Amino acid sequence: MPDLLIELFSEEIPARMQGKARDDLKKLVTDGLVEAGLTYAGAHALSTPRRLVLAIEGLTGESRSQREERKGPSTAAPEQAVQGFLRATGLTMEQLEVRDDKKGQVYFAVIEKPGREAAEIVAEVLETTIRAFPWPKSMRWGAGSLRWVRPLHSILCLLTDENGAEVVPLTIDGIAAGNSTRGHRFLAPDSFAVSSFDDYAAKLKRAFVMLDPAERADQIWNDATNAAFAAGLEVVEDKGLLTEVAGLVEWPVVLMGKIDETFLGLPPEVLQTSMREHQKFFSCRNPKTGRIEGFITVANTETADHGATILKGNQKVLSARLSDAKFFWENDLRVARAGMDEWLDGLNAVTFHNKLGSQADRVGRIAALAREIAPLVGADAEDAAEAARIAKADLRSQMVGEFPELQGVMGRYYAQEYLKTTPPRSPNRGLDDAAGGPGSGPGRAPGSGPGRDVSAIADAARDHWRPKGESDSVPTEPVSVAVALADKIDTLTGFWAIDEKPTGSKDPFALRRAALGVIRLVLGNGVRLRLRGLFEVAGHRCFDAAYSKTMHFDVSESGKLTNPIEPKFDPASVRDLLAFFHDRLKVHLRDQGIRHDVIDASLFQTAAISSAHKRKTVSALNARLEALDVGAVSLPSSDKEMLYESKLRPDADDLTLLVKRAEALAAFLKTDDGENLLQGFKRANNILTQAEEKDGVEYSYGADPKFAEGAEERQLFAALDTAEAAIAPAMQAEDFAEAMTAMAALRAPIDAFFEAVQVNSDNEIVRRNRLNLLSRIRQICLSVADLTKLEG
Amino acid sequence: MTTTQPRSFQEIILRLQTYWAGKGCAVLQPYDMEVGAGTFHPATTLRALGSKPWAAAYVQPSRRPTDGRYGENPNRLQHYYQYQVLIKPSPPDLQALYLGSLAAIGIDASLHDIRFVEDDWESPTLGAWGLGWEVWCDGMEVSQFTYFQQVGGHDCHPVSGELTYGLERLAMYVLGIDHVMQMPFNDPQSPIPLTYGDIFRQTEQEYSRWNFDQADTDMLLKHFEDAEAECERILAAPAKDKAGRAIIMAHPAYDQCIKASHLFNLLDARGVISVTERQAYIGRVRALAKKCADAFVTTEAGGGVAA
Repeated sequence: MPDLLIELFSEEIPARMQGKARDDLKKLVTDGLVEAGLTYAGAHALSTPRRLVLAIEGLTGESRSQREERKGPSTAAPEQAVQGFLRATGLTMEQLEVRDDKKGQVYFAVIEKPGREAAEIVAEVLETTIRAFPWPKSMRWGAGSLRWVRPLHSILCLLTDENGAEVVPLTIDGIAAGNSTRGHRFLAPDSFAVSSFDDYAAKLKRAFVMLDPAERADQIWNDATNAAFAAGLEVVEDKGLLTEVAGLVEWPVVLMGKIDETFLGLPPEVLQTSMREHQKFFSCRNPKTGRIEGFITVANTETADHGATILKGNQKVLSARLSDAKFFWENDLRVARAGMDEWLDGLNAVTFHNKLGSQADRVGRIAALAREIAPLVGADAEDAAEAARIAKADLRSQMVGEFPELQGVMGRYYAQEYLKTTPPRSPNRGLDDAAGGPGSGPGRAPGSGPGRDVSAIADAARDHWRPKGESDSVPTEPVSVAVALADKIDTLTGFWAIDEKPTGSKDPFALRRAALGVIRLVLGNGVRLRLRGLFEVAGHRCFDAAYSKTMHFDVSESGKLTNPIEPKFDPASVRDLLAFFHDRLKVHLRDQGIRHDVIDASLFQTAAISSAHKRKTVSALNARLEALDVGAVSLPSSDKEMLYESKLRPDADDLTLLVKRAEALAAFLKTDDGENLLQGFKRANNILTQAEEKDGVEYSYGADPKFAEGAEERQLFAALDTAEAAIAPAMQAEDFAEAMTAMAALRAPIDAFFEAVQVNSDNEIVRRNRLNLLSRIRQICLSVADLTKLEG
Repeated sequence: MTTTQPRSFQEIILRLQTYWAGKGCAVLQPYDMEVGAGTFHPATTLRALGSKPWAAAYVQPSRRPTDGRYGENPNRLQHYYQYQVLIKPSPPDLQALYLGSLAAIGIDASLHDIRFVEDDWESPTLGAWGLGWEVWCDGMEVSQFTYFQQVGGHDCHPVSGELTYGLERLAMYVLGIDHVMQMPFNDPQSPIPLTYGDIFRQTEQEYSRWNFDQADTDMLLKHFEDAEAECERILAAPAKDKAGRAIIMAHPAYDQCIKASHLFNLLDARGVISVTERQAYIGRVRALAKKCADAFVTTEAGGGVAA
């Protein structure tokens, strides 16, 4: 059982690509070997900046011979069919066998594949792998045509067993595989031969190459924490940076330095970001003060002066960088303290989208919307509007120009400075502040203090961007929530108004993330609001903006209004956007373990339908809608939205309520009573639906207990009365658990009824009365949730 | 390695010239036009195209009007020097050759930490891109190292290896200088020692003012359009001259493309180009670069005509 060692030695592979390259190399080679009939005991892939390595243990020495029989066309089949079979099997006419089959004589191909030596297979698989390697970006070099991530210099490909090592014969674009490699570029540049993986790894270590990226990362982290500890500091954890740095070095040497006093006044985020982004330094924090006071840099080499020159150089570069940052910070503070006018005016020059205007236009819309949302989330309307007005000012700051990822973080610092020095803009607020007394201003709750809530406003500048991704938490401070919602809803309605919706995998404006952000803000804070109304208000503002940007009078031509892209925000847009939200909500809740059909049951209603004719129309529409769900039919989108909308509960735009209902229903269905009641409901509904279709009438005229025949039937009447009386107020009070408990009480009477009673009685009056009784079951159950949507 | 330390800016340049001449490069002189980077020199942009082998090295004065800081910033200049090397096809030992050049100017790899950090290069105005690295010395970017994949919209066959050294920054590091204006330009022991500031502080002030405040934008815009029109006109001229000689005027046309590019940079510095317009201007320059590249590959130097 030989072991296989492959090393692809190249110029420096980008750190960010090494992880996937290891996985790809392992998968492509092992899949190829297995496909060709070899087996192996284990495989692991390793990498350094200059090499991609695969070690496979316990490979079979040769593949088994294979014999395959394939049945072909009849001997009477047309020539084309026979030729096709020959092509598919790679045989000639003479090699085919003719055998008797049930339907006459048929051609058979017998394909013999002899066993092959592992070396031959490895050479083939490795060449295919190298030529088709899925690098995110690859290149050519010199005069060759081979593509690799950077120039490929050598290939080591060795099969080793107890008899020794054998180079796998292989040449790709002039690079012949061999048994030798090189050590560290500067510390051990000479070539040397190896005989096995163990020999390879050991010799590399002597040649200053640590092959395993995990080992390098561990060493960096250990040395870094020790060095920091010795200086009374702690390293700020940063897994992404650790992986990256481990991918930049073959021989990690940790060096620690102190940050110059003059820079310690910078916000810690600025120090961290600057050091990380520009220098790939780890930050070291003083645990006593919380300040960032030192850094760790990882060199790729050992020097006679123990890194003194390297550290000095790095320190110098850092000082130059931090001087820039300090310059930006001081300039920015000056602008913030002077009222931010320079930035707020400057937002006019920042295009948000050429059809939706500038960031300043957008800020105006968001401020108005935030003011409207504020009371719904328990925020002060003036605070929310003020926060929205300044929340994006930092986009124009020098620091954010240099470090876009600090947007928001800087916004909060600058907002704090601004609020310290700038009086409130609202006239009401001005009186309050001027009086300096306890809060008595109009519209302000008693006890909420005189002026604005400075820290809430500043926090909103930072947090209105959030949640930034799925792993980011949701802000809870009401002013932040109001501005965050306004920001995202403006974005969504804006892009809906100019018809730039996400399609398929394309979502260039991250609208799915924006919708998920709204969903998480609403659910995470238990906010009760109606999206339709907000969509309308926000959508009309965006429409106005888009209209003024895109509609032009073309006087030179015909004098007619030309509209290259006609903006539109109408009831159909609201419906479509709501449907988009429901899709996102389903994805979100599915991740939380709530089934798709449970959400549908909470989202839709099957309305009582007053005529068989209408029922037929609706079922035809249903069929179309269902076809739409599976993408089989394409309808005009307005049609689709109408259908969708017609089936929604009116409160389906209240996400908190919707989820509350879905959660109660999911919990209910997990109980025995819930599961059984669902079966009882379905049985009642099926019998009723069939009868209604057969009779062409709808049984909804109210069943009369006087026609009830047995005890079970009378008990069902009584149980329905009780349930109805309990469910209606519970639903009114949004106590869904209570409503479902009341519904669950119907389980036993319904089961008993079906056990004892034949619905389709010969007595037509009794039959109709029973159908009307089933109809009451349906109505009562459907008032809680649309159980027809549930599977199983 | 026992190379002596250079003592001035010009000594670093001279050493690079000597080193690359010794490695077989034709040491060219700067191109006589205003360009944003050494890449714009036709010895790089045009010669990276086509199949003919090429090896050239040169200093290129470069101008980036928006980087002007009136001579006050220790690291930023609106006029600076790049050292540029282009070898086609890229030799297999280009990294080693490059490291040799660092040794030649006094960067001893046994004392410093030299790293190749991913940095892909793209020039939207030239319709060009390549893969490579920025080279770090002790955390400082000292060069750009690129394997050209495409120029002017044409795939590069064979591939050129391009090295670009930011001379001021590199020299400041080697000489241990913190402010560019304090860097010795000639030997500090010379009878008349001159610093970088002696030579360039005043011009940085003058050009910063002109670039940011004074350049006549209407005129610049008109010049841009003239250059664009002339470039297209030159390329649209018949393939044969009045004496019947087949002469494609790829270089004169490319000069106009360079002009347009620099005029765009000046307009940008004057702040008269909006974000949306910016892309449109870049697209116009790129269109010219592509046409020039199309023309060049039909010429003898471009490998389009059998020599």
